[in-house]
Amino acid sequence: MSNRTLNLLIPVVSVILGLLAGALIMLVSGYNPVDGYIALWNGAFGQAFYVGETLRLATPYIFAGLAIAFAFRTGLFNIGAEGQLIVGWIAAVWVGVAFDLPKVIHLPLAILAACCAGAFWGFIPGLLKARLRVHEVIVTIMMNYIALHTSNYLIRNVLSKQQDTTPHIHHSASLSSPFFQKITDFSTLHNGIYLALVAVVVMWFIIEKTTLGFELKSVGFNQSASEYAGMSVNRSIILSMVISGAFAGLGGAMEGLGNYGFAFLQSNFSGIGFDGIAVALLGGNTAPGVLIAAVLFGALKVGSLNMPVDANVPNELVNIVIALIILFVASGYIIKWSLARLKREAK
Amino acid sequence: MHFMTALEIIISASLLSAAPLIFTALGGVFSERSGVVNIGLEGLMIMGAFISIVFNLTFSHALGAWTPWIAVVVAMLVGGLFALIHAAASISFRADQTVSGVAINFLALGVAMFLIKNIYGKGQTNTISEYFQQVDVPGLSHIPGIGKLFFQGITYPSYIAILIAILVWFILYKTPFGLRLRSVGEHPMAADTMGINVVKMRYFAVFLSGVFGGIGGAVYAQSITLNFSSSTISGQGYMALAAMIFGKWNPLGAMGAALFFGFAQSLSIVGNSIPYLKEIPSVYLLIAPYVLTILALAGFIGRAEAPKADGVPYIKGER
Repeated sequence: MSNRTLNLLIPVVSVILGLLAGALIMLVSGYNPVDGYIALWNGAFGQAFYVGETLRLATPYIFAGLAIAFAFRTGLFNIGAEGQLIVGWIAAVWVGVAFDLPKVIHLPLAILAACCAGAFWGFIPGLLKARLRVHEVIVTIMMNYIALHTSNYLIRNVLSKQQDTTPHIHHSASLSSPFFQKITDFSTLHNGIYLALVAVVVMWFIIEKTTLGFELKSVGFNQSASEYAGMSVNRSIILSMVISGAFAGLGGAMEGLGNYGFAFLQSNFSGIGFDGIAVALLGGNTAPGVLIAAVLFGALKVGSLNMPVDANVPNELVNIVIALIILFVASGYIIKWSLARLKREAK
Repeated sequence: MHFMTALEIIISASLLSAAPLIFTALGGVFSERSGVVNIGLEGLMIMGAFISIVFNLTFSHALGAWTPWIAVVVAMLVGGLFALIHAAASISFRADQTVSGVAINFLALGVAMFLIKNIYGKGQTNTISEYFQQVDVPGLSHIPGIGKLFFQGITYPSYIAILIAILVWFILYKTPFGLRLRSVGEHPMAADTMGINVVKMRYFAVFLSGVFGGIGGAVYAQSITLNFSSSTISGQGYMALAAMIFGKWNPLGAMGAALFFGFAQSLSIVGNSIPYLKEIPSVYLLIAPYVLTILALAGFIGRAEAPKADGVPYIKGER
């Protein structure tokens, strides 16, 4: 079996195994797995409204997934998408609240602010990795918490007067779409989805079609060889983290300008950045893969909300399924091994 | 407020928040010293907290004051078994250890909340009635001066955590077992050549990290939150991970770092009631542990070096 087919087969097998394991768990804990999954499907695609919700959740997932996948290609593990997303969210809302400009200037400005904030939050771990060889995983985890606490402080003391939420952004900075609301029965789907699709193309283009992308991938494969070939490894590392952070920051703008239209105190992470890890892994760290995986996870998460209603199954089941899918994808070695064995026995 | 009273409050609050961090960080030390990166500490704490609260609620009538202690033992076992998933994925299946750890965190929260809803029919348990209380140690609390500071209003797990940290240091640095465990994390091939079973050693180390993470979660849930919900463990595992790195993968260092983080956490909580501290915005105290960890890693507070083979799967016969 060629490597290409295997790379496609592993995610598919993992998703199937994950869903089967989920069915088994439902069966063992006394729920009806068929009812459970029918409820999940209906909750994700049953009506126009639910389709809208699924795509709306897929929007930030696409950005978070792209962020993590992009860094992965340079051999970096950006667990900090969560923090970069939060600072992007705050920056976008800040611009959305503070200025009153025509839409053609205001909206791009707010999105740009999110992009820059996220990029900056990715720049710090990138710089530390490049200059001082500090492991990016730990730094990005720490940066997540710094982002969380700092943004809560800003919301309470700067963006509002001791309130739990910021004021609503001006309409000129909003991504909300009357068109989508109309066709999806007033779901929260917004224009950000277009931006997400553009981002998918941008990532694909950078990675596959530019010298920069080639260098980034090359550093991911072998740092010493890249250095020897005359590429600047340090520059690649920093750049990769900056672009990765920018993607995640844009994901924050989707929440700030599209989904909510404001920012609020958070006692814990939204989870979008962490789910992005699952999205990137399942998507094989490629742009088209991320798009498919983001829609799948969006559907799982949104659909799960219908499971307690229609089938009496706790919606946390879906979190178990997602965790198992990540485990299976990560353990690709064992899937490859079993497939090879099956094939040998078939002969 | 009198200075000594303020100090008493701070010390007792610091030790309270530090104890779970110390236990969990020690678990991290075992795992990473053997060469397996463990981002899953958060998930292991979640499992420990979950099972201890369920056990506590179920058996507190029968077991009385002993309930929290026995719940910790149960949490040790469950945490250890749960960690074996991480061990299997990262040691046998050669999964990316960081990814597997992230999956463990997802899985733990998913499983715990699924079962909580399955058992109790709601997203949050009741509050437990038997928990680790802050006590005055008989005898010692009457020592003039230090008695009031260090032996009043403190839970027993805090003392045990400090003693265990010293014990773990002894095991890792003064016993043959400890030497073998560390050698597996530094140079597995050399260790293998000397007849040490690398795979078995790493499995056992990850199991131990689950045991300690379980204790950490159980102590946290039974001395601080007193119930279980999806937000019971929110970042304590990552903070323990930070403590382990800040402490340079050394049990005593990890303990010191955990005590310091506990101190920073308690300042951000009790700071409002203490003069001078009131003026500092609490955000600085909240982010202090994380900023300090980054600075420590960057080498501003002595260089933190991970074990050589940390995160590298061992494949026999591969150079």
